This record gives sequence, C-alpha cells and structure tokens, in this order.
Amino acid sequence: MLKNRSVVSIEDVDSDDLNDLFDLSDSMLRTIEKGGSTDLLRNKIMATLFYEPSTRTRLSFESAMHRLGGSVITVSDVKTSSVAKGETLADTIRMASSYSDIIVIRHPLEGAARLASKFANRPVINAGDGSGQHPTQTILDLYTMRKETGSIDGKVVTMVGDLRYGRTIHSLIIALSKYDVKINLVSPQILRLPEYVYTKIGDRSRIKEYDDLSSVIADTDVLYVTRIQKERFTDQNEYQSVIGSYSVDGDLVSKMKKDAIIMHPLPRVDEIRPEVDELPQARYFKQAYYGVPVRMALIYRILGD
Amino acid sequence: MEKTLRISKIRDGTVIDHVPSGKGIRVIGILGVHEDVNYTVSLAIHVPSSKMGFKDVIKIENRFLDRNELDMISLIAPNATISIIKNYEISEKFQVELPSRLIGVLKCRNQNCITNTHEPVESEFEIVSKHPLVIRCVYCERTMGEKDIFS
Ligand SMILES: Nc1ncnc2c1ncn2[C@@H]1O[C@H](COP(=O)(O)OP(=O)(O)O)[C@@H](O)[C@H]1O
Ligand SMILES: [Zn+2]
Repeated sequence: MLKNRSVVSIEDVDSDDLNDLFDLSDSMLRTIEKGGSTDLLRNKIMATLFYEPSTRTRLSFESAMHRLGGSVITVSDVKTSSVAKGETLADTIRMASSYSDIIVIRHPLEGAARLASKFANRPVINAGDGSGQHPTQTILDLYTMRKETGSIDGKVVTMVGDLRYGRTIHSLIIALSKYDVKINLVSPQILRLPEYVYTKIGDRSRIKEYDDLSSVIADTDVLYVTRIQKERFTDQNEYQSVIGSYSVDGDLVSKMKKDAIIMHPLPRVDEIRPEVDELPQARYFKQAYYGVPVRMALIYRILGD
Repeated sequence: MEKTLRISKIRDGTVIDHVPSGKGIRVIGILGVHEDVNYTVSLAIHVPSSKMGFKDVIKIENRFLDRNELDMISLIAPNATISIIKNYEISEKFQVELPSRLIGVLKCRNQNCITNTHEPVESEFEIVSKHPLVIRCVYCERTMGEKDIFS
C-alpha cells in the first residue's frame, strides 16, 4: 500500500505495489489516449523542487499532476533562491510541505530525498538524488519492459554504458533482481557497478560482467543503454576509444533478436545512432512517453482515496 | 582462567577484555588515545585465552566509556567484555552489544552524502552484516566495511 507514503528508493515499492501500478498505468494510458484527463486529484497540490536541471522528469511529473486534475507549484530556480540564502534543505522542505500535499524533489546530493522525507509531513517522491536512486524512472522502465515484451520474467537484460554513476541503472538492477531475469552488465572497467549495489542483491550469480557487447548481443531481449559522460574520464583518448565500442548502430542491431527491444532513459548523445530510431527494436521514445501515465498511477496511489 | 595479571591491577578504570587478537590497536584508536593522553592505557596483544585462543586486552585507568564508544567497540569486537573497576574490584561487568542502528557516531565516507553538509541531521547507519562487518548509510545507502570505518 502506497497511500500517504514516500517513495525515496525503489525498495519502498514492493512487488504487489508494482503490479498494481502497472495495471493502473495501463488505464491512465487509455485515458490519455482518449484525449482526456481526470479530476481524481482536484484540489490537490504538488510542489516540485528541482535543485538540478531536468527536462523529462520534471515535465512528466507536472503533466501527470495536471492530467489528474491537480495543480503544481514550483520554484523556478531553488538553487539560486534558497540555497544561495543559506537555507537548509530541511527548512525548505518544512515550508514546502506546509504549502502542498505532495513533494517531488531532485537534488545533486545522495540521500537528499530521504532527508526530505524525514522533515516533510507530506509524502515525498524522489526524482533523483545524485548518483543514488531514481525510483520513478525504474517503475517506468519496468513498465516499459513488461508492456513492450509481454513480461519481465524469463528475459535476458543487457545494460551497457556508465554502470557506476548512472542512477537509473542502480535502482533498475535492484528491482530486476527480484524477477526471474538474467542480467548482463557491459561497461569499461572504470565504470563498473559499485559494490554497494551488489549488497542489495540476493543472488549475484544471475549477474555477469562483460567488457563488450559482442558476446551477449544475440541472446539479449532487452538492451538498456545509458550515456557515458566525458567528464568521467581523465584521459580523453580513453574516452574516445570507449565511446566507439559501446555505441549502438544499425550493424549491431542487425545481430539482435527480431523481438528484442532497446531502451534508454534519455537524453542520448552518441551512444545510439540516429539510424537506429527507425528500427523496430527502438523503444526509447515510447519509454519516455510512458513517463506520464506511470507517474499518474504513482501519484494517484499515494494521494488518491 | 588467567592465573596472573599480565598488567598490574588498576585502582579505578575500565578493562576491555575478549577483543579479537590484533584488533586492540583499533580499540585504542576508537578511544582517541593520542600523544597528549593524560591517563594510563595498557594494551596487551595476543594474550592466550581459553575461550578465544588468543585475545587482546585493554586497561585504562581513571576513564570510563560512553555509549558511542561502546557502540564503536562492538563493531570490531562484538564479544568484548567490559569491566568497570572501582577500588581494585570489579564493580560492574557486561558485554558490548551491537546496536541495530548507529546514530551520530560515524561520518559517512561518501563525500556526496547529504549528511556531510550542514543539514540538521545525525549520521545514521544500519548493520548489513557482522562478519565481515558491513554497515549502510540510511541516507545515501552507500556501504562501508571495517577498513572504511576505521581508517
Ligand atoms: N583491579 C583490576 N585491575 C586490572 N584488571 C583487572 C582488575 N580486576 C579484573 N581485571 C581484569 O578484568 C578482566 C575481567 O576479570 P574477571 O571477571 O575476573 O575475568 P574473566 O572474565 O576472565 O573471568 C580480566 O581480564 C581481568 O584480568
Ligand atoms: Zn551517506
């Protein structure tokens, strides 16, 4: 049961909650596709506090709240208005929770959303904390896998790119480890999955690490691609050589199963070539599209009757 | 039973017994014994013990331990016995207890953790595993092992 609860980490959402959210997302999606909105959350107010730039996540949260008939208040630039005055996050949250029914927060420091949930007397949704968690992205990723492949169980999921700092990856691996899946992790040595994520996974034997995609691409059902950021490398030559060997192009996709899918949390840069966009395996724009119905489902479960 | 005391009797103070052999130095570190120490500290390393094979024993004169120190000692010496000595006699004797949460006794090693800023919260860790020792920050969720905690 998610009613009145904060969602800071994907572990705050159990598997019954997830299945319920998937079904509810389906019906929210139907509502959107019929061109409609609802008034389920009329009179409810969401406060969005983004201490870090975001396009997709912020827009999809705000759109979701509007489609549920609620309203949104926001600070256009918390970083300059509040942080600059030296106000603590704890105080900003106390204030925001007295003006709203639910708080959505994105912050550059890990643990910020957990802290917010301790000072708010309203539910808090973590929209990303540093390289920590991003649970709504994870729910959306799982929903996309289920919707686009039929089921999550039984699949081979290959994750490629920055597995060290990519917060969407950490939550997703923790969530996937509760399903019957095989996980391949493909990354350069310096961007491997951090040990602390492994400590949250019961059965490590279902996860295998690889240096490149060639040996796993043919078996993959879901290819989850993330961006490798230039800033992570001290040696720019190394970056150039790495980026080449992890990018997804038409040639690579031709080696994939016909019914495999390619996902990406977006924004992408060079890691997926534009020619891939037209191929049937490409589902990353669909994935982004599902962001609104999934967040509608979550917000409704927390705030609805 | 030890027949002889390796370190002579103390009048008042604390004995930390049944510390795993070799970990005594870490206990000294927890107690914050530095160059400017103003009480007597004795450390016996690798003392034969009927229960443990070998153990370390620490005796400190005129000093008693607080909750945080006991919590920290329990992390590396979960079976340590604490004896409080008053006038050469043991006035109180108990075992340290590993708490389920460590609150305010340690800093999170993650530089990017919200608890390392000026927010009004104490650090907080849960115990993930005792052997080997692994604790997790309840804020940033990063884990720390014995090496991270005591370095
Ligand atoms: N007055 C004292 N001064 C210093 N150490 C003492 C004193 N009394 C007891 N001890 C030490 O405190 C520990 C606990 O004492 P005791 O309960 O007698 O031993 P044990 O736990 O081995 O049965 C032992 O290591 C013992 O040597
Ligand atoms: Zn931390």
